[in-house]
Order: sequence, then structure tokens, then C-alpha cells
Amino acid sequence: MSNPTHSQQAAIMRSMLGRARGLGSAKSGTGHWWGQRLTAVALVPLGIWFVVGAIAHAGATRAGIEHWISGPMTATLMLALIACLFQHMQLGLQVVIEDYVHGESCRVATLLAMKAATALLAILAALSVLKMALAG
Amino acid sequence: MADVREALMSGRNSEGARVRRPLSPHLQVYRPQITSTLSILHRVAGVALAAGTLLFVWWLAAAASSDAAFALAAAFMGSVVGWVVIAGFTLALWYHFCNGLRHLWWDIGRGFELTEVHATGKLVVGASVVLTVLTLIAGVAAR
Repeated sequence: MSNPTHSQQAAIMRSMLGRARGLGSAKSGTGHWWGQRLTAVALVPLGIWFVVGAIAHAGATRAGIEHWISGPMTATLMLALIACLFQHMQLGLQVVIEDYVHGESCRVATLLAMKAATALLAILAALSVLKMALAG
Repeated sequence: MADVREALMSGRNSEGARVRRPLSPHLQVYRPQITSTLSILHRVAGVALAAGTLLFVWWLAAAASSDAAFALAAAFMGSVVGWVVIAGFTLALWYHFCNGLRHLWWDIGRGFELTEVHATGKLVVGASVVLTVLTLIAGVAAR
């Protein structure tokens, strides 16, 4: 009996699960699902904290806002909020685009534009907090 | 070249004539229910909040830039249009927050009975309206 060819060997060695994995419409999903939940849970306390802080500083001057945000605790929580918020937003908008934008090239272009926009917004927000925190 | 998936769309109607089979589901033939309405509202609120982050980032960047930049952002948020946007943002935030908690409750395998789904749905709507009103009143009082 002759030795099996490479492809025959691959067919023998690979499990059914291994062959099925990655063949779904989105190629992956668990990481996305888990990331959405993890950021959602983190945003529960961070969201409440921010709304309370924003109410307390409603109508404050720029100096007042700077004084609030530049504190190490506030700056830390603001950066955590920004990281979780924009990650959660990117994951959510991705699903919306995948559901409603048809046509491969149009969908990919919209996804890339959305990811670039959310990343830039996140960097701008984080840099603004860091500037106030490090200047004080 | 025609898409090969078109072959799956070929069918016949009750009179035997060849037709292009319709896609399913047809959302418009279903009566709106609390379950489906709250579900799509969660997504609508999420997209609205994503748009609202532009305001959040503007406010942060202005505070980090200059008094003039901050005065401009503060003037917009103090205007009638600004108030409507902030009120809408607050409602979207609390609805997405409360319904998000409902989703997390489902994620740990609870609350799937139809009576529970309806009860938590009504609770979410009530809680988000109450929280929105309280937040806006507190915001005005704090000014």
C-alpha cells in the first residue's frame, strides 16, 4: 500500500470541528460576542459615574471641567470609559453595518471608514483627557 | 454573470407561473409587538448614542483646547437645539443602559418566559423615562 498523499493525510488528521471552524458567514464571532458583553458590563458602573459627574459639572467653566478631569482618579476612570465606550460602539456599529450594507466592496469600505472614525474619536478623546491630566 | 444563488430564488406561484421567490422574513407583515419593537429600539438607541459621542468628544477636546473653543461648545449645548440633542441623547442612553441590563440578564440564562419578557420590557421603558426626567431635572438644577 502506497503512502497517502498530503491532502489525504490532511483529510484524515483534521477533525470535523477543525474543518467546520471558520466557515461561517462571519468567519469568527465568539471574540466579538464576548468583547461586546465585557465592555457592556464595564460600562454599567462607568456610565453611572460619568452621568453623575456630568450633572455635577453642568454649566461649569472650562477651568472647572479641567480641574475635575485632571484629577488622577477622574482621569483614570475617564480613560477607562473612553476605552470601553469606543470599543463597545465599534463592535455594535460593525454588526449594524454587516446587517444592512449589502455588496462585499461597499460593506468592507463602510466598515473600514467606521473603524477609522471610531478609532480617531477615541484617540482624540483620550488625548484631551491626558492633556488636561498631565498639564495640571 | 448571474449569481448562482439566484437558482435558489426560482419558484412557481399557485397558478404554476414561474416567479422569483420572495425573501423571508417579511417584517412588514408582522404586527409590531413589545418584543420586536424594544429590540429594534435598542439598536436605534445604540446608533443614536454613537452619533452622540461626537458631542462628547467635542466637549472634551474643547475643554482641553482653549476658553474660546469651550465657550463655543458650551453655547451650543446651552442653545435650544443643544438641549433637544442632550435630552434625546439622555433618553437613548438610559434606554440602551436599561435594555442592555435586560440583555445581560438574558445572557446569564434568566427571564426567558414570555410573561417575564413582557414585564421586563415594560419595566425598561418606564425606568428609562423616569431616569431621563430625573437626569434632566438634576442637570438643570445643578447649573
